[in-house]
Amino acid sequence: MPNHAIEARHLVKRYGPTTALGGIDLDVPTGTVTAVLGPNGAGKTTAVRILTTLSEADEGQATVAGFDVRTQAREVRRRIGLAAQDATVDPLLTGRENLVMLGELHQMSRKESAGRATELLAEFSLDDAADRVTSGYSGGMRRRLDLAATLVARPEVLFLDEPTTGLDPRARRELWTVLDTLVDRGTTVLLTTQYLDEAERLADDIIVIDQGQVIARGNARQLKRQVGGDHVQVIVADAGDLPRATRIVAGVTGAEPVVDAATRSITAPTSQGVAAVVTAAAELAAAQVPVDDLSLRQPTLDDVFLTLTGSTCDGPDNADVAIAQEASA
Amino acid sequence: MTLTTTTTTTTPKPGPPTAAPPGAPAAESLRPPRGVFHDTWVIARRGLVHMKRQPEQLSDATIQPIMFVVMFAYVFGGAIAVPGGGSYREFLMGGIFAQTIVFTAFGVALSLAHDRKNQAVDRFRSLPIARGAVLGGHAVASLLKTLLPIILMSLCGLLIGWRIRDGLANAVVGYLLLIGFAFAMIWVGVLLGSLVATPEGVTGIAFGVLFPVTFVASTFVPTSTMPGVLRVIAEWNPVTTLSDAVRVQFGNPNAPPAPGDPWSIAHPMAYSIIWMVLIVAVCAPLAVRAYQRSITK
Repeated sequence: MPNHAIEARHLVKRYGPTTALGGIDLDVPTGTVTAVLGPNGAGKTTAVRILTTLSEADEGQATVAGFDVRTQAREVRRRIGLAAQDATVDPLLTGRENLVMLGELHQMSRKESAGRATELLAEFSLDDAADRVTSGYSGGMRRRLDLAATLVARPEVLFLDEPTTGLDPRARRELWTVLDTLVDRGTTVLLTTQYLDEAERLADDIIVIDQGQVIARGNARQLKRQVGGDHVQVIVADAGDLPRATRIVAGVTGAEPVVDAATRSITAPTSQGVAAVVTAAAELAAAQVPVDDLSLRQPTLDDVFLTLTGSTCDGPDNADVAIAQEASA
Repeated sequence: MTLTTTTTTTTPKPGPPTAAPPGAPAAESLRPPRGVFHDTWVIARRGLVHMKRQPEQLSDATIQPIMFVVMFAYVFGGAIAVPGGGSYREFLMGGIFAQTIVFTAFGVALSLAHDRKNQAVDRFRSLPIARGAVLGGHAVASLLKTLLPIILMSLCGLLIGWRIRDGLANAVVGYLLLIGFAFAMIWVGVLLGSLVATPEGVTGIAFGVLFPVTFVASTFVPTSTMPGVLRVIAEWNPVTTLSDAVRVQFGNPNAPPAPGDPWSIAHPMAYSIIWMVLIVAVCAPLAVRAYQRSITK
């Protein structure tokens, strides 16, 4: 077992004239979680399909758990678990039947497989629904079963393609907790997501991809630093105070503030941290400018994403193109 | 890479030796392959459960043939005479058996299309299963599924006066021919299911192609009643010879051989077997290739 559970070099995948992956490199250290973050159509699913032996790259090569995905596909398949984008549990089988079947296809005996299924159903709080046909499951239950299904054979490397897409916030949080326990056991995880908070919450490393290219990588802190530091944000109670307040903020930070009249907000970068907020508060009070909100804003991964790609991740145009690409993928 | 190196190195962080937590990657997760027959049977069992849970998917093998029996035996049957005499209802059953068997292709194609729609294909492909097990599983399940309509149609036939009249041995040969032809039709189904993208498309093509093929034949009426070109097509249609061969094996009434008959009509059993072999020889390799292409996008 190498230090890197997943190693990919210059993966290229084209679908006709569309380049889904334009030569990406990936390294996932053993026992860590890496999130591949990107909008629809960025190439996330394509990358996962190549690494899980479902699709062949046009160029480049990759190893998973030390085995070449192209020439040693079977060895790779023995060691991985894949939760595809849409939960792929069999709708006509019960939860238990699904898990037992997958266990048997992972070359377990029927008895061992049944035992493992019972274990997993309990662990994922599905025991009550175990003997019901999964077409009647809720979205969250189906995802949990799908995740349980990937763990049947205790994989070394787990691939989760947008594990929480389409889940309501509560089901999402529940799934995160489940993922935490997996990570604690030392399973290597590669997950893809469109949600920045999810990447930040779950992953050690984040790889941002857009249009088949890696555009940034690092942990959440490093990525945020790429966008710059903290910002002081003031929201004045009365739009008429904007010019006065802007002068004060400019004086405190020494930078040119960005003013948004619609939200009555003034934002300016600062390197002084909380001290800038304290000074600004004192000066605004002295000038008798009523303020609704005064805060030190740290850049979110959304800011990172917007800065790096120069586009919003869910703009309508972008999404349409993306859906078309994902569909052709 | 040996199992030992795998065990020692899957521990992510070096530290004091502790018992592996449940669910941690372990060497025991690497099991030797149990072989293609095991994997095929596991996937075939899934197909049989599907059949049990979704009986409406079986309508082409249950309701539909019964409907045809009722329609032809009681609605049109009175107006149809079997050349050479004998009961039309007994003549009809051979055709119903043949039609049901031809529709085997539809069931296979439909389950393949559903698998692709539900992404079951991807799930299977990410598992360490033997090559060919998925298609093999579908084939085995379909073959077992054809036993149901064969039994059902036999019972239905008995109710309306159909009988096995030429001894058990011949009847067994007749049933084996049906099962053999069903096996051939499975590959037609795999080909269809791999080339057509959606379950809806499969249904459309099945009804657009399979119905004419089973109607321009001696399935419901003797070919001698058909006009010129249609009659020639029917005489060389393997559905005709399959129906005729089954009638012969069961000792049921059939159009008597005439001096001017083409070879197919004179030797229905041999001609049907030739088709069966041809279909398997041509369709199976094409089907496997089309299937592979349909799943590796």
